[in-house]
Amino acid sequence: MATTSPTYIAETLRRRTSRGFLSRLAGGDEISYLITLICAVSILLIVGLIVFELWLNSRLTFATFGFGFLKTSAWDPNANKFGALPFIFGTCVTSFLGMLIAVPLGVASAIFLAEMAPPKLSNILTFLIELLAAIPSVIYGLIGIFILVPILKDYVVPPIQHTLGFLPIFAGNFYGLSFFSAGIVLSVMVVPFIISVSREVLMAVPVEQREAALALGATKWETTWDIVLPNASTGIFGSVFLALARALGETMAVTMVVGNAPKISASLFSPGYSIAAVIANEFAEANGQLYISSLIFMALVLFGLTIIINAVARIFIMTTQGKGA
Amino acid sequence: MMEISATRRFVNTFMLSLSGVCTVAVVSVLFFILGYLLFHGAASLNWDFFTKLPKPSGETGGGMANAIVGSGKVLLLATLIGVPIGFLAGVFLAEYSGKTFAFLIRYVVDLLNGVPSIVIGIVAYALVVRPMKHYSTLAGGVALGIMMIPIAVRTTEEFLRAVPNSIREGAMALGATKAKTVFTVVIPAAISGLVSGMMLNLARVAGETAPLLFTALGNQFWSAGWLAPIATLPVMIYNYAISPEEDLHQQAWAAGFVLLALVLIINVTARLIIARGASAQRR
Amino acid sequence: MRSQTLRKLASAVGVLALTAVIVTAAATVQMTGAGATFPRPIYDKWFNMYQSIGNIQFNYQAIGSGGGIKGVTEGTVDFGASDAILTPDQMAAFKAQHDGTNLLTFPTVLGAVVPAYNLPDVKPELNFTGQVLADIYLAKIRKWNDPAIAKLNPGVKLPDQNIFVAHRADGSGTTFCFTDYLSKVSPAWAKGPGRNASINWPECESCMGAKNNDGVAGLLKQNVGALGYVELIYAVKNHLAYGKVMNKSGEYVKADLKTVSAAAAAMKEAAADTQVSITDASGKGVYPISTFTWLLIPEKSKDPQKAQALKGFVKWAVTKGQDEVEALDYARLPSSVAKEVEKRADMIK
Repeated sequence: MATTSPTYIAETLRRRTSRGFLSRLAGGDEISYLITLICAVSILLIVGLIVFELWLNSRLTFATFGFGFLKTSAWDPNANKFGALPFIFGTCVTSFLGMLIAVPLGVASAIFLAEMAPPKLSNILTFLIELLAAIPSVIYGLIGIFILVPILKDYVVPPIQHTLGFLPIFAGNFYGLSFFSAGIVLSVMVVPFIISVSREVLMAVPVEQREAALALGATKWETTWDIVLPNASTGIFGSVFLALARALGETMAVTMVVGNAPKISASLFSPGYSIAAVIANEFAEANGQLYISSLIFMALVLFGLTIIINAVARIFIMTTQGKGA
Repeated sequence: MMEISATRRFVNTFMLSLSGVCTVAVVSVLFFILGYLLFHGAASLNWDFFTKLPKPSGETGGGMANAIVGSGKVLLLATLIGVPIGFLAGVFLAEYSGKTFAFLIRYVVDLLNGVPSIVIGIVAYALVVRPMKHYSTLAGGVALGIMMIPIAVRTTEEFLRAVPNSIREGAMALGATKAKTVFTVVIPAAISGLVSGMMLNLARVAGETAPLLFTALGNQFWSAGWLAPIATLPVMIYNYAISPEEDLHQQAWAAGFVLLALVLIINVTARLIIARGASAQRR
Repeated sequence: MRSQTLRKLASAVGVLALTAVIVTAAATVQMTGAGATFPRPIYDKWFNMYQSIGNIQFNYQAIGSGGGIKGVTEGTVDFGASDAILTPDQMAAFKAQHDGTNLLTFPTVLGAVVPAYNLPDVKPELNFTGQVLADIYLAKIRKWNDPAIAKLNPGVKLPDQNIFVAHRADGSGTTFCFTDYLSKVSPAWAKGPGRNASINWPECESCMGAKNNDGVAGLLKQNVGALGYVELIYAVKNHLAYGKVMNKSGEYVKADLKTVSAAAAAMKEAAADTQVSITDASGKGVYPISTFTWLLIPEKSKDPQKAQALKGFVKWAVTKGQDEVEALDYARLPSSVAKEVEKRADMIK
């Protein structure tokens, strides 16, 4: 607070004319400061506790396998051999596929909503799209199992395999539950985040820029593509990273459609697994210290990954907000 | 005046319509999901669903009365645990904190927001279920409560900051202590935003399944008190969806419809309150 | 005016909360158990009936035998259920976490694991041998019309289609029983994946894991050309075809009450107080992939009321409860075993 602001003056006046410790206590300032401070600090403690618990319970796996744990593929609870590679692979493949679909779709929609649509329509449509983000994961899973998978099996995958089946990524038998299905479900789940943030960043690009381009004879599309988009690109990257972080940690929808097979395959149509899905399936019955520790180590890896990506996203978005003015 | 070539005009129309098509595609997915749940789910809804307990495997019929109440209990506990901490921390950030400490807290809150829900489930298992030697409503409430904290902090801070300083100064000029100003003047001024923020928070957490798998577990009967395992809607949906029985699938759709309806109603109401509040302030 | 609406909202929420607490506060004693999906149909029925008999609610969560073992070891549930035989390590782990108390195992019913498949165009029941099943799961046999399968089924037109192999993704007693059998009849299997509740399934082109017996049954129902192992009643309930398996005497046997009971006949001596495997039993008319399923109960419990309740239930289950099992395609315990279990139940304190 600046020393000349009315608030400060009022505060100082009040403090200087107050009556004494007990009456100040009754005024409540110290107590409320203390209580709110305690709440804020307790959040620090909670997060610290989470990190500590994860780290503590992962130590055994780290001591046994070291970083090799992240590079091996064995997952054999009997022989006490564990390797996280299939799950890391699955997490990456499904999220990457999800982003591959969601980013063009999302950015294109954001462009429409920010540049083309009349403001009322844009607001209504954005409102509806943000509702998509509110739909619980398990409901996406429900739709995934009962609607998406049969449609893929009957109408989408056969034509793809007929035409492009020679490509390794489309090879092999398709039994519905696969990297492919999980990737599509994820794309629908994260596209609202991309649209929401990208639209705001696009709208924040100063009108003058657009007017200048249009005055020079550019078409609306050329203005958008060559001027507005590059201006908003950092913000859009930020939204992409945000969506990615969300996709990596997604559990229920992925578990229900990914096939639960810890394998590494070149084909998108093969069943797979992800870190979050294996934890959801196996944690309740993981018996044996090394088994539990391996699952928790993977949880820690996932946690670390989402923190890093979220941080990158925030940096991108904050830079845009600074630029916007 | 420069003539725009035909190619450029074509590209222009094409790309812009493409972007429109993308938007329509995205929005239609929403309508499709809503429509399908309405059609399939509402059709399976009957009075039994809301009043009866699940039947043992093999017998048809039964309902999810315990899961509906169960979700309510867990969410109530989650709100009691997560909202006060988040709210007061938000008050701290908006009214009391210094710049660097605020930055640290915000960063950590962001971190907490990014934690995948399954990880929070694991931690709640380690901190509550294992020491207590029960699966319980309490453990589920703790897990969901922790998930409610980040959004509670952020919305509280955002809406408190939006209250104009003139109101604070006016109160202090009348001799109110800072605490009194904050709690009797500033917070009521922001109340609609705060309440709708809490509603959005609740809606988000109401659909969470993963943290409940290792904390609340499940229950075929009514769950007494707060220390017993409890059935919740999202977990029931998950369990029924992956079973092969048609009857259970129907119930999963019905439950999905109820859950979605609840979540969307809360969402839409909250957003309308915010929108109305925003336009009221602009006037 | 807004605060009035908010106040009304708050009081409505308060009333609802109070109702919820009151409604759920007055309930009978409830105990929690977790474990196998193998016996879930009969356990569900039993617990449902026992509510009125013993005035106790048993909340049973079928999360797989692995989950039952873990739950009872960590003490997060009052009792467990498993068709997997506990290893000495697991027993020791339980003892260590419970101040030296033993974990008691009580057999409750007999059931069968059947090779179920989805081939709507193949009308006759298929014959399998343990070797062939092992080779299918080892991915050595990949197609339905493989000569090895055709040899067992002369005259049956088998489709030229990949076998879509379904297995369990979670720790399962059904898997334990199945792989126990495979280990006994296939040296390649015994040397490879071996017998356990959680298996490192061999690399395969078309296979998938599912959670619980339900999940495997679901996979089978949705995919033509699928083969999987499930408990008998799951195949029956879901109208899945299941094959006959060749037993030690060389007969092709279909799983049913008689053939499963025959499997237990040879073992009834040891069955009452230790977990024994009855797969690949010798004798005529024996179904080779049969198993007991056990309740896992701590010998000493901190809560005497709970111990009494469990004791009462176990005694009821192996006497009156046995009248319910056949309707659900489980076989009754041999009477000598049932009597032993009744006596042993007194050990629960």
